[in-house]
Amino acid sequence: MRGLSKTYPPVKGRRGTPGTPEVRATDGVTLDVRRGEIFGLLGPNGAGKSTLVRQLTGLLRPDGGSVEILGHDIVRHPERAARILAYLGQESSALDELTVSLAAETTGRLRGLDVRRARAERDAVIEELGLTPIAGRALKKLSGGQRRLACFAAALVGERPLLVLDEPTTGMDPVARRAVWAAVDRRRAEHGTTVLLVTHNVIEAETVLDRVAVLDQGRVIACDTPAGLKEQVSGEVRVELVWRERAPLDVPEVAVLRERAVESGRRWTLRLAPEEARAAVATVTGGAAFAALDDFTLATPSLEDVYLALGGAARQGLVKV
Amino acid sequence: MSVVSAQVLPGDAPAMPQAARGAAELGPRARLWPSLAAVYRAQLSRARVARIPLLFVATFQSVGITVMMRGVVDSGGEAQSVVAGSSVLVVAYVALNLLSQYFGQLRASGGLDHYATLPVPPAAVVLGAAGAYASFTVPGTLVTAVFGCVLFGLPLSNLWILMAVIPLAGAALSGLGAACGLLAPRPELATLLGQLGMSAALLLGVLPADRMPQIVRLARDLLPSTYGVEAYARTFGAHPDWAVVLADLGVCAGVGVVSLAVATWAYRRAAVR
Repeated sequence: MRGLSKTYPPVKGRRGTPGTPEVRATDGVTLDVRRGEIFGLLGPNGAGKSTLVRQLTGLLRPDGGSVEILGHDIVRHPERAARILAYLGQESSALDELTVSLAAETTGRLRGLDVRRARAERDAVIEELGLTPIAGRALKKLSGGQRRLACFAAALVGERPLLVLDEPTTGMDPVARRAVWAAVDRRRAEHGTTVLLVTHNVIEAETVLDRVAVLDQGRVIACDTPAGLKEQVSGEVRVELVWRERAPLDVPEVAVLRERAVESGRRWTLRLAPEEARAAVATVTGGAAFAALDDFTLATPSLEDVYLALGGAARQGLVKV
Repeated sequence: MSVVSAQVLPGDAPAMPQAARGAAELGPRARLWPSLAAVYRAQLSRARVARIPLLFVATFQSVGITVMMRGVVDSGGEAQSVVAGSSVLVVAYVALNLLSQYFGQLRASGGLDHYATLPVPPAAVVLGAAGAYASFTVPGTLVTAVFGCVLFGLPLSNLWILMAVIPLAGAALSGLGAACGLLAPRPELATLLGQLGMSAALLLGVLPADRMPQIVRLARDLLPSTYGVEAYARTFGAHPDWAVVLADLGVCAGVGVVSLAVATWAYRRAAVR
């Protein structure tokens, strides 16, 4: 595998529509995704992930900058994007009233497959994702997760070297999630497929991604492997304390901790150096404070901590599913 | 797993390594007729899920109107325009009103992205959907026509003309519907435009034209569905003037070509913003 076969140099901001204040949804984003990589875009709502993806898929013309996918200039030839990549958007309204099997077949036909190939690929993908029992049902009548999986199936019919998936596993049960990632891995192993994944789900990001870019207010604030990103905040430990009713503020050590805690009801979250964390745990697990303690956890940093440490605007952090 | 060091490039750093020269092979383009057929088939299958709005509502409405008009109009020339008008009204309801709503909602919800990220010609999407909606009108139009003829005692012998009226009026009205749906900036406006078009077809098509003031007759002449209504109404006579029927149908066909071309242009515009 040779690196840098794909380049997404500066994709610049898009002006807001008239009547709303100018919004720079993407602001000089520069990313370089390698062939065969599962690359993630992580960020809070409104960070510019979807705008970036729409620019990459040729749906939205960037105001400035360039997008190059596998040697093709997508800003100059947006129509080529459809012939290089498969896109799974968040909306299924175009397929809602079709059966799972017809949605997959039609999508394959519109990707330029002839009837026989489209049907063969449809059957293979439906089988692979375990959709056979619901293949004859309309997407509209399925649960959110099943519908998502059916749309994912449609995205896979008519092999493409790049898959752009916008939150593919939203609403899915663990079995469906596993089917998605197994299908992605198989395509990567067999065809060297590259995957660009937009996600909110921090846990999923940590397990499936090769590299991840953290987006905030239209800018890339970090880009590395999940492990590499976590190393940036390896000096910190996250301590979570849950009190039975209320915190024993009469214990002086607890009162001191409060100043550094993010409070949410009975739950306190603290980010501390390892020795401070040890001291804090010793305090709350012994003496008067212990009686008021319901539960506590001590954890090494997650991608969520990385995001917060990098100074993301959304202080509440990412949605953790 | 390819573990590589961080690649964050600050701001607008221009020093990007150039991509490998060898560009990837592009996937095939979907050709017009096969993809049109695929869209048509997929759209047609939607009738299974949305049977009531797509097939039945318009029929009940038109049958109801013929019954209502039976109380107002005697047999004869006026009955002919009532039966022809309410039959073509099914086409206006489904192809103009419902298709406008469909495209308006598809556009607003981001559903067009699905088609826009597939290598499919815009004309295939528009013509496939328009064709399917025109097809949805066939059973309703026939039922209304037969029911109306029986109700008013009109001959059923030239009913076959509907096989020309439905596709041609269908093309004209579905083209207008698609264009309204794709051009309207908001889905409510698409619904409103479709509804207005349908109401116009109802008021100007079903009510006999002779009783209308001049200005309304002018509006009637501007509405493409009128020519479908007239073409059908003329065939009830003992010796229909086929040249005029043909001319009426020609107007429908002409409007159909233009409106479908506009709709295709509107689709292209709506799909890539």
